[in-house]
Amino acid sequence: MIAEIGLAALWFAAALAVLQMVSGAFALRSADGAPNPMAIYARPAAVVQALLAVLAFLMLLWAFAITDLSIKLVATNSHSMKPMIYKLTGTWGNHEGSMLLWVGVLALSGGLLAAFERRLPERTMGATLAVQGFVGLGFYAFLLLSSNPFERLPVPAIEGVGLNPLLQDIGLAIHPPTLYAGYVGLSVAFSLAMGALLTNQVNPSFARVLRPWVLGAWVLLTFGITAGSYWAYYELGWGGWWFWDPVENASFMPWLAATALMHSVSVLAARDALRTWTIMLGVLAFSMSMLGTFLVRSGVLTSVHAFAVDPERGSFILALLGLYIGGAFTIFALRAGAVAEGKRFAVTSREGALVFNNVMLSAILAIVLLGTLYPLLTEAFNVRVSVGPPYFNPASAIFAVPMFLVMAVGPLLRWKEDKPARIQFEVALVAAVLIAVISLVTILGDYPFLPVLGLGLALALGVAALLPLRGRKLTRVPVATWGMVLAHFGVAVSLFGMACEGAFTQERLAAVAPGGTEQVGDFDVTLESVTPVAGPNWTAIEARIAVSRDGAEPVILSPQARNFWSPAQATSESALLTRWDGQLYAVIGNQAEDGRWQIRVWWKPFVTFIWYGGLLIALGGVLAIAGRVRVDLKRRKAEELGEARRADLAELGAHDAEPFPAE
Amino acid sequence: MQNRLWLWVPLALFAFFAGLAGYMLTQEKDQFVESTMIGEPLPEFALDPAFAGLPGAATRDLVGGSPRLLNIWASWCLPCIAEAPQLEALKDQGVEIIGIAIRDRPEDVANFLSRYGNPYTRIGSDRISEVQLAIGSSGVPETFVIDAGGVIRYQHIGDIREDDVPVLLAELEKAR
Amino acid sequence: MMRVLLVMLLAMLAPVCLGPLAAQDTMPPAPYAYNQLDDPQLEAEASALMLTLRCLKCQSQSIADSDAPMAGDMRHQVRSRILAGESPQEIRAWLVARYGDYVSYSPTVSASTWPLFAIPVLVLLMVGAVLLRRLGKRRADEGTSE
Repeated sequence: MIAEIGLAALWFAAALAVLQMVSGAFALRSADGAPNPMAIYARPAAVVQALLAVLAFLMLLWAFAITDLSIKLVATNSHSMKPMIYKLTGTWGNHEGSMLLWVGVLALSGGLLAAFERRLPERTMGATLAVQGFVGLGFYAFLLLSSNPFERLPVPAIEGVGLNPLLQDIGLAIHPPTLYAGYVGLSVAFSLAMGALLTNQVNPSFARVLRPWVLGAWVLLTFGITAGSYWAYYELGWGGWWFWDPVENASFMPWLAATALMHSVSVLAARDALRTWTIMLGVLAFSMSMLGTFLVRSGVLTSVHAFAVDPERGSFILALLGLYIGGAFTIFALRAGAVAEGKRFAVTSREGALVFNNVMLSAILAIVLLGTLYPLLTEAFNVRVSVGPPYFNPASAIFAVPMFLVMAVGPLLRWKEDKPARIQFEVALVAAVLIAVISLVTILGDYPFLPVLGLGLALALGVAALLPLRGRKLTRVPVATWGMVLAHFGVAVSLFGMACEGAFTQERLAAVAPGGTEQVGDFDVTLESVTPVAGPNWTAIEARIAVSRDGAEPVILSPQARNFWSPAQATSESALLTRWDGQLYAVIGNQAEDGRWQIRVWWKPFVTFIWYGGLLIALGGVLAIAGRVRVDLKRRKAEELGEARRADLAELGAHDAEPFPAE
Repeated sequence: MQNRLWLWVPLALFAFFAGLAGYMLTQEKDQFVESTMIGEPLPEFALDPAFAGLPGAATRDLVGGSPRLLNIWASWCLPCIAEAPQLEALKDQGVEIIGIAIRDRPEDVANFLSRYGNPYTRIGSDRISEVQLAIGSSGVPETFVIDAGGVIRYQHIGDIREDDVPVLLAELEKAR
Repeated sequence: MMRVLLVMLLAMLAPVCLGPLAAQDTMPPAPYAYNQLDDPQLEAEASALMLTLRCLKCQSQSIADSDAPMAGDMRHQVRSRILAGESPQEIRAWLVARYGDYVSYSPTVSASTWPLFAIPVLVLLMVGAVLLRRLGKRRADEGTSE
């Protein structure tokens, strides 16, 4: 029954998506003040649809929890012997399940939008819900027609095939759901942008509605990427945390677009400028999430081993991509000209700095997109090329370095117009830090150019991020400003971690007999013993490695080399020793014929700052949302109070009541 | 004053991408990394015998006389079992096949040959994939056609199926 | 980071090379596959190069990040050639001559890769133009509008 309930819920949800789309479209035909009678169904349809889609997902989760082997998806991706947590996370560790999660989050965010958003004009809201329903419908069709997660087997399987061991990790519980939620949050930004464009409502109040969705999606993307990076770092066993792999880029590109969008939305909300640009970014951000989905699932970009990808799925997603993104860009081209130009501003102003950084973020996005898709282009001519870190790092640095410099001073500038002379002290301070750090590191040793530059920028940016607080009473700084300061400081922290990892990492690979000692950095690493151990669905050899820093009391690390039996696969479980100033990363390899063991040990100074920074950035985003929502609620309450007072005054016959300020 | 042409740029770029992606979806995914050594002389190498039964292989063994096949294989490679009958058929057609065993042990090589047949005249042992890398081969099994001048003329990637045999014979003829 | 997602997606599609148990040799790795060069300067050169060479048997990984036996043999080639006095550029060229541009993550300007370099220059010009128009113009006609 579970599967049937889930499937029925999906079909009903799809039908409601049609209703939401049609009813929302009717809102467009309503006159001002007189809502179209057909338009009232859009909101309830979105809410009920959300409940049904979430129900479908819960049904699948349930099927995985009880390992219902009559369902094909469970039989091919789960195993009755797996620990419960990995049974559950296995729900989205496969194509169909992850698409269902995607659709569930899509419907949920549409439902939340429909239920709680009351600020927009009804016509704009109708158009937005129609677009949201249209997007949802495509994904329901995709699930129901080509990736049915609830398909039954004619005969139930006796045992499941299991889940890829690399995915039997807590990382799978966190990383994909947050990332999907972020991707899908951008769909709301897309729908809102299209709704505003169609009804010509691109204005500050639209931006204020859009902002929490963009911020929310951006926070989730930031967190998802951070978590994924750390997961890959400890799981893959070679100490790498970012590879510029097509799939990583597929998650990074929506983040870049969302970052740009978030900043341009602030400009639109505060100053009514950058109207078309914001709409453009709204479309672009969601395009990038869909493009990512396409690249990952169609297999056009993966290489040697990815030949079993379903071409039907690829074509389906491409068709959806063409429909939504092609359609959106067409409407954009036709209608954006009608959007009036926003307010103007000077070069040296907050807006000026934000425009500069928006352009730089877009340029980085263009570079990453180019480098990711270029192999696809050459393969059309039967030439195979690889584009990797040696290309992406310098090419994106060309745009990232000026961006970081402007980012350091931008928040210090005033809106509309400012004099550079006003902030000359701050500029001098930041420049001094930058130059001092770079020259100091260059004198101290021979390190690669980009990490040294990154180190200088990180420290300068770290100082600069705190400068907006200078001379202000900390208790009176708005929460949203704290958010910005924290997020910018997080960028500096993350950059510092990346630069240190790039410049100062020490590596030791060696064959060691039990009892033997190797050195890496300040650490003495002694292989004490190697013993076999067993887990619920794996066996492993486990090393006891004693690690001692500068002769201090040793700490025991236990890296493992695991062999899973269902499916049969080997993984290496790294062991990490975290200190405030870095991480020691140890891996046990194979045994050589002479009985010695291969061990790999890295000392990575400040590598953890990469992810601390990511968390700070996400936290900054959370504070920004909290601050905005608080201000919004205050304003709403004040408006209510004002209205009540006006009503009271009107009753008293006093018509000269002062009007309540809108801002 | 407002130039609206730029508004169409995103759509144009997207259309270009969609066209490319659509075209690539219809294309057979190329899984193999082809050697770019075709037309180049065989690199210098001299490998020890892979097992006691046959001599080792060196560049000079592939020069002179008529074109030969250079078969990159290993006893631990499953597709190599599948292609054994085809190599046998090629040998029966009078083709000289020189093998290079990748990362292999003498006892395993001997075992494999006694079980699946021995089409080789020589087998060199490449314990660290040195020769494999030198000729641009990226896996096992792979088969190269080497002409009498010691120039690499053709590369077959993957196991040799029945219908590949005439192709290889034709390539050998062409290399004559 | 998202490579994990990639792995996850590949897991259900096809064999992944990250730790296959199927057809695997039992030979010990080549001497320099898992051992460093004694000279830290040379080892630094070698490891910088290895990070930019593609493992041919893997799912877009560099040979420095892979446990595939062939990646080990390629690392051995790199280290032993560095030790023999070859420069990283020569080693890269040697591999590119055998496997084409595919083996190197570091594209160089060639007939098949020039757009990778031309387009960023174009983007740079466009960025300059947009900034001049967007920001430069504002100052010029400031005060005439609003």
